[in-house]
Amino acid sequence: MTSTAPTSTTPPRPRRGGSMRRHQTRTAYTFLLVPLIFFLIVRFLPTLSALRLSVFDWNILKEQQPFVGIENYERLFADEKFGQALRNTALYAVIGVPAQIALGLVVALMLNRIQALRGLFRALYFAPYVTPIVAAAWVWQWLFSPQFGPINTFLIWLNIPPQNFLTSPTQSLATTAALVVWQNLGFQIVLFLAGLAAIPRSYYEAAEIDGANGTQTFWKITLPLLNPTIVFSVVTGTISYLQLFTQVVNLNFTDQGGPLGSTMTVALYIYQIAFGRYQMGYASAITVVLFLIILAITLIQLRFLTRKYDL
Amino acid sequence: MKKLLTLALGLSLASASAAPVTLTYWQYDFASKVSTMNELIKKFEAANPDIKIKQETFPYDAYNQKVASSVPAGQGPDVVNLFYGWLPQYVDSGYLLPLPAKDFPIKKIESDFVPMIQTSKMDGKYYALPTSVRTLAVFYNKDLFKAARLTPPRTWEDFIAAGEKIVKGAPPRFTTLGFGIQPDGQDYHMVREVLVRQFGGTPYSKDSKTATYDSEAGRKAMAFYTDLATKYKLGVPNFFPGNNSYRDAFIAGKVGMIIDGSFAVNTIKNGAKFEWGVIPLPVMKDNGIRSNFGSYWVNGITKNAKGEKLDAAVKFLKFLTSETTQRTWLDSVGEIPASRKLSGDASLRKDPVFGAFVGSLPFAHSTLFVDEAGQRKAWVDAINTVLLQGNTPANAIKKAATDEQKILNSYYK
Repeated sequence: MTSTAPTSTTPPRPRRGGSMRRHQTRTAYTFLLVPLIFFLIVRFLPTLSALRLSVFDWNILKEQQPFVGIENYERLFADEKFGQALRNTALYAVIGVPAQIALGLVVALMLNRIQALRGLFRALYFAPYVTPIVAAAWVWQWLFSPQFGPINTFLIWLNIPPQNFLTSPTQSLATTAALVVWQNLGFQIVLFLAGLAAIPRSYYEAAEIDGANGTQTFWKITLPLLNPTIVFSVVTGTISYLQLFTQVVNLNFTDQGGPLGSTMTVALYIYQIAFGRYQMGYASAITVVLFLIILAITLIQLRFLTRKYDL
Repeated sequence: MKKLLTLALGLSLASASAAPVTLTYWQYDFASKVSTMNELIKKFEAANPDIKIKQETFPYDAYNQKVASSVPAGQGPDVVNLFYGWLPQYVDSGYLLPLPAKDFPIKKIESDFVPMIQTSKMDGKYYALPTSVRTLAVFYNKDLFKAARLTPPRTWEDFIAAGEKIVKGAPPRFTTLGFGIQPDGQDYHMVREVLVRQFGGTPYSKDSKTATYDSEAGRKAMAFYTDLATKYKLGVPNFFPGNNSYRDAFIAGKVGMIIDGSFAVNTIKNGAKFEWGVIPLPVMKDNGIRSNFGSYWVNGITKNAKGEKLDAAVKFLKFLTSETTQRTWLDSVGEIPASRKLSGDASLRKDPVFGAFVGSLPFAHSTLFVDEAGQRKAWVDAINTVLLQGNTPANAIKKAATDEQKILNSYYK
């Protein structure tokens, strides 16, 4: 196809450079094609088929999979458990994202200041991020055990009455969110350290000459210039909280999403409807709704958080 | 001569390689079950040289998913091991073939097997049969009982009194529990099929389509059960974190009594480092009504088995449900036989461990589940509203009945 390109009409160019460029372009497309095909087959095709499944009463244990139109979506509105899962998921994001960004920033600023043992501290904070989630969840179960947990032992030592944490419907969500924040913190810190390293020293030197104090440099230089990092963290963090699954499953293995649905997330609810009760059509409808919510939130965040700063 | 021999050898090889029918058998992965089944398969193949059995196993957590996803694909086993509670869905989907009446006459099934297996009769037909069955009983820690100078309880009143003497600590910081209460363990079965009946009610209508426990008996049952935690403070749910909280805590010697199934015997036998015993579920002092919850895993033939495969599958199923196999299963896996005759066996009834389970077979009821996960959740949530939110037992039983009825309605619509 490219060989039929009307070479005669194009102005003559150095032959070698042109073919070189064409060659490079072709190579680039070839390499880009691999992930494109991968994404089409592994990501987009299933997404589209979920959209299709959502308008059928698709129970994998039934021989007939009748078309039901928007019935599955209507059912969603009346489903209290879905409502609860949606509220919980929003709550996880609202607690988790600001907490991990604030904590991450504070720790990153401190790490940025010290010279000795910097690598050690970085490794310490990063360790939870690379710990298998299942193992971490099981350890947290013991830490927060009302009966034997060291956290309650500590509270009693402080004369604070022991708490039920994961077995209390009012405390379980916050406790679960704490686990996720703890796990993500290391990654967050690494992001901020990279962001901080990217800020040119000359800005700080100029500020110093102008007589700016620490607070002023933080609000006027550090924070605005960290904006791209913060936007990235908010967007990816929110998405990961909206898809929260593994931690919740493993923190209460016999009553997943419990007690009383207090830790239930939308992703876990989808899993239970699909693979516990085999209602694939209904589960697909929830998936589509979750996808739309995530898409909308991400677009809004990108629109309002991204800023250009001129100094 | 040599030529003749080669010819004969060649012929026999040819006929041997052409003849055998290969059946695939699926069950979940549980070490003693898999090894016992391997032995049984060897025995069966020796007796039926024209049939080969290939056993495939999957982790318990993924087993139902694996079976379910093989249905629409038309793949999977010829003979399959299923929890009886999943049967309605598998029968509905046309996945299981009804057992041929000439090989498995209904009258003979009902006279040979313990009564609870009649739950798996659908539209007057049997689709699957068990090798073994399980019931509930009380496991108790003999050492803790001895230390508190207690004898094993026979009535619920004694059960509570014993629990109160054993429990140490107070909520939420217990160090030893009198009773390892765990709604999402076997307890919710016990409330439904044991306590409701012991208070004079029935949990479901005769056709299993209606939950009938939102009644006086149901309210009493729910109140009785939740009182164990709230009023008598014998223990708390999730005493130990993890998967099998109450059983693990019992094995660790931190719990006086738990209610668990016969399937737990081996785990407890291997784990417990103290003297323990098994006693039948208690009765109410004033009426003495006995009841138990029975459950079982069945073997059925799938629609994949056609023609000569079907004939082979029938033979294999007969073998799997025979009394000889049931006895082997009891000896090697530790599950109690499904045959009336075997479970009536005097030595088994007197067995210090299995006696309590076997003795309750005549009055064991199994529930017909249409959505096991959903129905369990309805109960666990209802119980938790009492234990965690101070709901009244009367409201809780109403909630359980409403939630479960919704599930039943959507299935029987």
